[in-house]
Amino acid sequence: MRKPALGAALWGLIPFAGTCFSVSLWDRIEPRVLGLPLSFFWLISWLFLTPLCMWRAYRIEAKRDAGARPHPEGGGA
Amino acid sequence: MSASAMALTMIFGIVGVGTAIGFYAGTRHKMTLEQWTVGGRGFGVILIWLLMAGEIYTTFTFLGASGWAYSRGGPALYIMGYQPLAFLVSFYILPPVWEAGRKHRMQTQADFFRVRYGSKYLAALVALLGVICIVPYLQLQLTGLGIIVEVASFGAIGRTPAMLCAFTLVAAFVFFSGVRGVAWVSVLKDILLLFAALFVGIALPYIYFGGIGPMFTAVIRAHPSHLVMPGATKNLGHSWYISSVFMTAVGFFMWPQNFGASYTAKSGDTLRRNAVVMPLYSITMPLMLFVGLTALMVMPGLSNGDLSLLTLVRRTFSPWFLGVIGGAGALTAMVPSAILILTAATLFAKNICRDLFAPDMTDRGVALLARATVLVVTAAALVSAIHSSLSLVSLLLVGYAGVAQFFPGVVLGLFSKRVTRPGVFAGLATGFAVAVVLMLSQRDPFHGLNAGFLAFCINFMVTGIVSYCTPAEPYRLDEPAAGSA
Repeated sequence: MRKPALGAALWGLIPFAGTCFSVSLWDRIEPRVLGLPLSFFWLISWLFLTPLCMWRAYRIEAKRDAGARPHPEGGGA
Repeated sequence: MSASAMALTMIFGIVGVGTAIGFYAGTRHKMTLEQWTVGGRGFGVILIWLLMAGEIYTTFTFLGASGWAYSRGGPALYIMGYQPLAFLVSFYILPPVWEAGRKHRMQTQADFFRVRYGSKYLAALVALLGVICIVPYLQLQLTGLGIIVEVASFGAIGRTPAMLCAFTLVAAFVFFSGVRGVAWVSVLKDILLLFAALFVGIALPYIYFGGIGPMFTAVIRAHPSHLVMPGATKNLGHSWYISSVFMTAVGFFMWPQNFGASYTAKSGDTLRRNAVVMPLYSITMPLMLFVGLTALMVMPGLSNGDLSLLTLVRRTFSPWFLGVIGGAGALTAMVPSAILILTAATLFAKNICRDLFAPDMTDRGVALLARATVLVVTAAALVSAIHSSLSLVSLLLVGYAGVAQFFPGVVLGLFSKRVTRPGVFAGLATGFAVAVVLMLSQRDPFHGLNAGFLAFCINFMVTGIVSYCTPAEPYRLDEPAAGSA
């Protein structure tokens, strides 16, 4: 099977870095944002930022699909 | 009408409507095996969305998340961390899984292993391990149903009889409607759950504290360390968070039912678009955590955190509203249960019974056997639910530690030409064994790391080393499809 495009993979790394590996940077109460502890605010923000990153990744993959396949409605091999 | 009768009537009314929708949607299509398991492979973005949402919004979302916020605090944040990442991972792996599935007419996760590695024994092992992991997940749903009826009846109906009658209904429902019926009941369930979550997540902090911000201020003042990891636990710190989030994110689509759901899609692009928008669906998770924290302040000292949401709703609102929330919760347990049972039954009938013992069984025969297996799997989960006392989140983590072990075989199988059958056999067996040993000997977390994550790393290493030491094999996904599926 075809591997994902490098650019698409890089966009996917951003949310991983933001919500998983960086936990010790944001797992704290202060500063409170909109009344929420920083950790809650941070993770809620990523519920919206992750789709944005993945939309960028989708554009890259879709462009590659269009290039690989002359008929847009064709189902591939 | 007494308060408990009112609440129970409401719950059974909602469950009744849901079941009727399932039967209606299910019986409109002729039930071949292909239709029963993968809906004839014709689901577009909306039905796929519903089916997958049906699989993430489970009792775990509803009762487990608030339960952990109540009893553990900070570590419950892992739930908000992993869900978006699980869909992110699906963006990369589900489209090729779908493509291979369509080409080789796969219906189950074990089919993927059979075709890719050319071994029905490996496929049967994957099927067997998948069914084993499904049991605790099913048990989680059952326990949730039991809790709902127990709280709504004000303790008049015990948990065991409640679980018994609920599961008779679920088994009957799966038996007749198949995957298409399940997807349509998800509509009702998700609308109700979304409404319920938005309402209680905002209203409860507001009623008791005048808002979400003041609620947090009160929690911070009363329990200064509750909201920061490790919260109310001793050993669920940052390394546990990272390893758990990572393992559950890669493990999510390794659940046989989630993996199998990708085959219902119309195209790989459908799955990719779905992966982009799905994280928005997790917006109910923080609300559930707010409810758990409110409950911590309003009624401390509950013996079981999983009871916190419903007990708080019962204490705050009138019984009919408890019934609406309970009904939403009941459907939230039934829909995923139905999907789990359906998957386990198909794996058992097709990949274990037919492939190993009765190769000339017809698709019709498999469909019949699968339906009979529905009862066996349900009974197994029921028995273990009655005899277990693990919290809902802990049950889920046990299942995840198991299914995450499929990841190396799937991802290397898709993208590497060098991975071999003995490599995957060895990695899977070692990973599973390590996970089981650590879990059963109460060593989870192991030195601050999630035990399933540790098993996953060992699995990856063993798969890689053994693959390099064994002769290369053909990349079977590119070969022309075999005559029979």
